[in-house]
Formats: sequence, structure tokens, C-alpha cells
Amino acid sequence: MDKIIYFFSFSDPNIQNVVLGSVLLTLSCALVGCFTFLRKRALVGDAIAHSILPGVCLGFIVSGTKDPLFILIGAFLTGWLSIYLMDFIVKNSKIKEDTALAFTLSFFFSVGILLLTYIQHAGYASQSGLDSFLFGKAASIIDKDLWIFGITSCLIILTFTFLFKEFTLISFDPNFAKTIGLPFKRLELVFTTCTVLAVVVGIQAVGVVLMAAMLITPAAAARFWTNNLRKMVFIAIVLSCFSGVTGAFISSIAPAMPTGPWIVMTISGIAVFSFVFAPGKGIIARWHLQRLNQTKIREENILKALFQISEKDNEFSKPRSVLSILEKREIPQKELLAGLKRLKSQGYLKKIGEMWALTEEGKNQGQRITRLHRLWEMYLNQYLDIAPDHVHEDAESIEHILTPELENKIKQQLNYPKVDPHDSRIPYKE
Amino acid sequence: MENFYIILMGALVACSCGLIGCFLILRKIAMVGDAISHAVLPGIVLAYLISGSREPLPMIIGASVLGILTTIIIELFHKKAKLQEDASIGVTFTWLFAIGVIMVTAFTGKVDLDQECVLYGEIAYVGLGETGVPLPIITMSIVLFTIILLIYFFYKEFQLTTFDPAYASAIGVSVAVWHYILMGMVSLTTVAAFEAVGSILVVAFLVAPAATAYLLTENLKVMLVLSCISGTISSTLGYFIASWLDASIAGSMAAIAGLLFLIALLFSPSQGVIFKKRLFQSVST
Repeated sequence: MDKIIYFFSFSDPNIQNVVLGSVLLTLSCALVGCFTFLRKRALVGDAIAHSILPGVCLGFIVSGTKDPLFILIGAFLTGWLSIYLMDFIVKNSKIKEDTALAFTLSFFFSVGILLLTYIQHAGYASQSGLDSFLFGKAASIIDKDLWIFGITSCLIILTFTFLFKEFTLISFDPNFAKTIGLPFKRLELVFTTCTVLAVVVGIQAVGVVLMAAMLITPAAAARFWTNNLRKMVFIAIVLSCFSGVTGAFISSIAPAMPTGPWIVMTISGIAVFSFVFAPGKGIIARWHLQRLNQTKIREENILKALFQISEKDNEFSKPRSVLSILEKREIPQKELLAGLKRLKSQGYLKKIGEMWALTEEGKNQGQRITRLHRLWEMYLNQYLDIAPDHVHEDAESIEHILTPELENKIKQQLNYPKVDPHDSRIPYKE
Repeated sequence: MENFYIILMGALVACSCGLIGCFLILRKIAMVGDAISHAVLPGIVLAYLISGSREPLPMIIGASVLGILTTIIIELFHKKAKLQEDASIGVTFTWLFAIGVIMVTAFTGKVDLDQECVLYGEIAYVGLGETGVPLPIITMSIVLFTIILLIYFFYKEFQLTTFDPAYASAIGVSVAVWHYILMGMVSLTTVAAFEAVGSILVVAFLVAPAATAYLLTENLKVMLVLSCISGTISSTLGYFIASWLDASIAGSMAAIAGLLFLIALLFSPSQGVIFKKRLFQSVST
């Protein structure tokens, strides 16, 4: 408990650095990540992250010291080069995008490892610490790093604030952006530069492999809670800042624990939670919706069956046995009984003894479904020239979907036909 | 003898990866291979913890379970939650890898693994302090042999499900089953190659030799053979360059495999960039 209070009082300058650093890094990555996610180029960040390594080593070899400026320039250059190489491969050969991506990231990384081990064995005095680009060093962020992180994050945030509309446009509708005369190539250049910058600084917090998570995971999680881009960016930033602080907190109460992986663990946990539980889009919500649809379809089918039985003797309020419904339509018995009970509580059916009768509402509903079914069969037959014996299956599924507006259009198109292709009467409302 | 073992190990890894890589590339799932190679880490750590040793069998079981689990999770997010596929891959493998790294740090002392080994392996220790044929070489040979046997006996199934999945399922070859078998093979190879080349460089071995072969031929059988040849060349050349530079052997082998691909990209007689330009010029003049 003392440790928790100590951590959240932020009195330790070391903790201040780590928390502020993690937040700055995760924030700019989440911002850029939302756009790479929407452009379906989520894994490009992964490739850039791996491709930075040779640049870091080259920067070190050229300057002979761990001068952050040289290293960042080197990292920036090879990061850029990797994007160029990927595009070059896809454009100039039959190699597909996924292979080009996997190739580029592993090739640059292997050259990086080659150079890194060369430097380590060649006896450079100040080489220790270069591998923070491999594993991240969020737990040992110092003031000087903080300045670099801060300036880069501000640059990225400012760019995105000013060019938000343009970036939105080139992400969602590049063709429209070109037509209205936006400098598409230059915007693309700025966007890629921001991505590389975000990766170059972000990688120092979480390391090569987990970098991809800082870009992709907050955006993917946020996507499940909203359809609005501004809200999505906001949610992604909040989620990733939260995981940044959590990661820093865990590594401060358990010093052996690495910060980067815990940041990723936290944000991944949130993302998986969102995929499963988010209202409307999550797995459970989708499953529930599917269940609702199935129940609705089953109930409509029961009403339709009852209506069609009654059609023969033209006595719509006469009670019918369960057996006669089953004769008309095969429905698993358990589901049929459950469906009948639900329909009764909704006021579509009346139970008389062991028999079931349609109410006025139930009759209308059954009539509507039958009408839609037969209208659609007629439509397929007349307009798409489909033989009468091929139209039933299709009508069976569409009858549950057609809206009243569509129904009216079809009726007008067909000029209120009296019978369907099987010569069954199409029932209209009196 | 040690040198020979290192080169042999490199060649065995490169051939196993190359053969599988051909199918990954043709099925356009190279990044799934990348994801699996990272995501097997928690499986490997778990196997260490349970068996308490570097016995290959528990490791292979642990990694295969995780490998298949990875593909299932990716599919689940993609199909059931309608998350776009690239993001689904990215979220899954980073998550599992983070779990793996946390487990490595949490059980330091109990698990004989370090972060460097995870990232780029140490092939140089293959032949160290062993009399007779080293264990990793035996394991890797068995893996390669298994892969060759599988491809030899089920060539038709692999080919069909790769090129024409609709036709394959129409004649009763299950696309899903062969997909998971392939993913199992990827996990198997990744874990067998793990100590030698680590979890990132194995991606280079999976993709680069196969992609090189892909640029040189249009025939699947020829492609499989060419990927092995290009993998063997990379491991031999890579070894000598590494000892000349005094740098990571696995890194150097992977880098050479990449260079071979770039050479093929530019100079392939049928599809190289240079040749295509010439063809274009001769047509236009």
C-alpha cells in the first residue's frame, strides 16, 4: 500500500521520468496508429520497427559515440528505406504485400543484428546500451531522453492537429482526395515521416517486437467502441496512456518486471476485453444479435405456417394442433413450443386447450410474411427470369428482411399481382 | 568439425524453413508465419518450467500448442469480432510475445533463456562441448525429414489447398485441416530452430529463400528445390562472412538470404527488374 501511495505521489524523479516518458511515447504511437489501422497498413509499423536497427548501428559507427542525434537520423533513414523497399518489391515483382513485409522486416533486422554484434565484438568503448533499441528501456528513462521524446511527440501531435482533415481524407478516400486537388504525394510523405518518427522514439520504450502493439492495439481496441474517428483517436490515446502508467507502476512495485511488456500486456488485455464485450461490435454482442435474428425468423415462420394452414379453410381464428403445424413445416419440437409460448406472450397467438389460434395481429403478421414470400418469388421469376421451381429457397430467407418501403416498391413494379409463380394467391390487407 | 556443424545446422534450418516458406508465400500468409514464430515463446517457457530441462520433445509440444492457438485466436478475432486481418495478427502475436517475455523475466533462474537468445539465437554453440553428433543437429534433421516426408506423401493435398481451395473442398480435401497441419509445421520448425536463430531471424529463413525461388520459377516442385539450394548457399556464405566480421552467425546467414533475394529481384532472367526494363525498351523501340 505504501508503495502505491509512493508511486502515485510522483515525488520520486525517477518515477516521474518513467511515467512521463511512457505516456509521451504511447500517446504519439496511439495517434499515428489509428490512421495506419484505418488504412489497413497496421503491420507496416512492425516492419519499420525492425528496420530501424541497422540505422541505429550505422549512426553509432559513423559518430563513434551514442550521440542520440546521429542514432535517430540513422534510424530514421533505414526506417524510411524499408517502406520504400516494400513498395518497390510489390510494384516490380509478383511478390505479394505480406511476403514483401515479412521479407523487409527480417532482412533489415538481420543486417541490424550483424552490425550490432560486429560493434559489440569490435571493442567500441561506449557501445553498451545500444541494445535498448532491441528490448526498450522504459524503466531507465533519463531527463535527456525525455526532452527528445517530448519534442518528437509534440511535433507529431501538432502535425496531426493541423492536418487532421487531410489525413482523414487520404485514409478513407484517397481517390477523392486526389480529385479535389490535395497534394496527395506530399501528405503521404508527411504521414509516413510521422509514422517513422513515432516508431523511432516508441521503440526505446518497448523494444523491437512489441513496437507493433503500441501502434495497432490501442487503435484496434478503440475501434470497437465508436464509429467516429475523433472519438476513436481520443479513446485510443486514453487507453494507451492508461497502459503506459500501469506498465510503469508494475515495474516500480516489482523492479524485476520489464516495463515495456507490461504496457503491452495491459493494452492487449483491454483490447481483448473490447473484442469480446464491446456493445454492438464485440463477439458477445454479435452472437446475441445473431440469436435474436434466429428467434425472430423462427417465430415468423411459425406464424406463416399457421396462416397458410388457415388459408385453406379460410378460418383464421380456428385453433390448430401442434401436430398440424409440424405437418406444414418441420421445426424442432422444443424450439416450436418455446416459440409458441413467446408468440402468445407477445399477443400474436391464443392458447385454447392444447390448441393454438391466431389473433388478429398474428393473422396480419403471418399474412405479411406470406405476402412478402410470394411477392419475392414473383419478382425473381418476372424480372430475373428464374424458373418457378428455383425461387422458393431465396424467398425463404428474404421474407424476413424486406422492409415495408421495399415491399411497396416491389408491389408497384409488379403491378399488384394476384398470384405467385406457383399459382398461390398473394394475400393483401383488406 | 565445429564449423561444419554450424554450417550444417544453418543449412538444415534454412531448408526446413524454405520448404514451408514456399507454401506460406503462395498462400499469402507470410505474416502469419511471422506471428507464430513470435507467439511460440510462452509455449517454450512453459515447456521449460514443466519439464525443467531443454528436452526437445516438451518444447516441441508446447510450441505446437501455442502455434495452433495463435492461428485460432487470429481467426477468432478476424471472423467473429470482424477485426481486420492485419490488426488481428498484430494484436495476437505481440500479446503472446509480451506474455512470453514477462514469463522469461519472472522465472529467471528457473528458465535457461535470455532475451538476446530469444531475439537472435546463438548458432555458434551448436557443436560446443559435445562428443559425437550434437543434439540440435539430430532434432533439426528429424524435423527436416518429417517435413520432406509430409510434402512428398501429401504433395497433391498441399498443392490443391494452396492453389485452388474451392476445388480442393469440392473433391473432399479439407482446406482447414491442411491449413492447421501447415501451421503445426511452422511451429515445429520455429521451435526446433529457436535456439539456433531466435524468433525473428527465423522469419528471414521462412520468407527469403522461398521468395527467391518464387522469382526464379513458376513450377512448385522446382521452387521447393530452389528454396533449399538458396537456403544452403546463404548458410555457407553467411558463416564465412560472420567469421570474417566476427559478428552474429545467424544474423549473417539471414542477411545473405536477403541479399540473394534482392539479386533475384533485380536480375532474375524471367522476372527481374532489369530484364523487364530491357524488354520494355526493346518493345518500345
